[in-house]
Amino acid sequence: MKALSLGNLRKTYSNGFEALKGINLQVEEGDFFALLGPNGAGKSTAIGIISSLVTASSGSVSIFGHDLKTDRERAKSCIGLVPQEVNFNQFDTVKGIVLNQAGYYGMPRKLALQRTEHCLKQMDLWDRRDTVSRRLSGGMKRRVMIARAMVHAPKLLILDEPTAGVDIEIRRSMWLMMQEVNQQGTTIILTTHYLEEAESLCRNIAIIDEGRIVENSDMASLLSRLHIDHFILDLAEPLKTTPIIDGCQIELISDKVLAIAIPKEIGLNQLFSQLTAQNIQVMSLKNKTNRLEQLFMDLVASK
Amino acid sequence: MNYSIAFKTIVFKEIYRFLRIWPQTLLPPAITTTLYFLIFGKLIGDRIGTISGASYMDYIVPGIIIMSVISHSYANVVSSFYSTKFQRNIEELLVAPVPNWIILSGYISGGIIRGLLVGIVVALISLLFADFAVHNIAIALSTALLTATLFSLAGFINALLAESFDDISIIPNFVLTPLSYLGGVFYSVAMLPTVWQTISMGNPILYMVNAFRYGLIGVSDIDIQLTFIMMSGFIVTLTLFSLYLLYKGIGIKN
Repeated sequence: MKALSLGNLRKTYSNGFEALKGINLQVEEGDFFALLGPNGAGKSTAIGIISSLVTASSGSVSIFGHDLKTDRERAKSCIGLVPQEVNFNQFDTVKGIVLNQAGYYGMPRKLALQRTEHCLKQMDLWDRRDTVSRRLSGGMKRRVMIARAMVHAPKLLILDEPTAGVDIEIRRSMWLMMQEVNQQGTTIILTTHYLEEAESLCRNIAIIDEGRIVENSDMASLLSRLHIDHFILDLAEPLKTTPIIDGCQIELISDKVLAIAIPKEIGLNQLFSQLTAQNIQVMSLKNKTNRLEQLFMDLVASK
Repeated sequence: MNYSIAFKTIVFKEIYRFLRIWPQTLLPPAITTTLYFLIFGKLIGDRIGTISGASYMDYIVPGIIIMSVISHSYANVVSSFYSTKFQRNIEELLVAPVPNWIILSGYISGGIIRGLLVGIVVALISLLFADFAVHNIAIALSTALLTATLFSLAGFINALLAESFDDISIIPNFVLTPLSYLGGVFYSVAMLPTVWQTISMGNPILYMVNAFRYGLIGVSDIDIQLTFIMMSGFIVTLTLFSLYLLYKGIGIKN
């Protein structure tokens, strides 16, 4: 069963800007799917159309087999949306926000109270249930939006940059929460600018740029296409000249730091052998860029 | 999907909203109308005498009540729905499987309830100043209900089309208030020169004020049947227009 199916989806805004130029996309049930793209690429427009906040110019959207035009209510019932920006009433309490959302989905009061308690506990917000939402921290507000999106137990959860602007500790805890939700059977579509996040969490990926899907595959095969790794090496002794190793691009960033681009076929063992032969001792090594980030930049730049 | 739960959620949310801020929503009309009754009804009214057989105080009470119903039913919907748009929590409703007619009826019900509640508060205050037996309770209540409905709808359309907070204050300040004051709240149109009488007939608030006045004290410058036909016509038209705007997503969707 396809959790989401987009067919030739187009959107032209009233000012003439063509945000989506006929995208086709399918997301399998149970998937953890990354939808990536630079700012203005069309991600938010696509998510807006899927969640009925933006009207498509043409094309089709099907959610768990329910067409968004002809079977609107069933299609909408399957979706939970965590938007990019805080969009709840800042004067309502945490519990009120989640409880009202359950009401909009037609959930009877008793069940709504149970689900609200469950979701707020899952988001570690139950102790804050009576707090007026404007008094919450940024991370808590994001968790309120996740609890709100999950109160009706959606089959498809759309997370539009859910960890933007939150500190690393909260981000990591949100990753765990998202993985847990996905393991419980909820399909997740994630947009993020933190490509490390997408690489860690998602199994499949689509990259959108200038209103078109420029890449759509599973994460493993996408990453396997990357044939050059970039590393930063911290050296024990300062260097005066840039060392030369066949097949590698090397840059002396400072006297004790080297940036190396190394093709996969050379490998780290060979690199270290050659460095040792040149009497260069390496103290530590780290990735210059995240692997997905490198691919992302290549794909977007190739446009 | 159980629509009644979604409807009740919107209505209770609206009631909770205006009760929570009662010093802004219920107290000001109580104070303003007390001043109207004191200054216009008591101090000035005692020197005016009677209009169509009613004391001036009794004559202005229905107009002041209906004027409060108009302004508060309008204000409730326009401010609540525009704030919902402004804070973007309208998205909570748009994402959910709530049909447009439930969104509309939920907000309109909130406006009607506040309009009628303010009307009751003003009517209770008027009991301290006026002394009359209600002429026709059915006409009075149905006029108040239809008036609250009509202006709640107008407020909803204003909120949908508004793009800034300025846009939601223009109609109340520059249209509703002048039309209310020129709608025969404090005078009978029969007292005006013929040309102004004719012009006044184009003011819909004049009809509502007179129908309500007829219900309370049995005095009217206007045909009551015509008033009900006109109000029903406006309500149907504004309802259809609101649903069209919601269907098109005007003001709420890109």
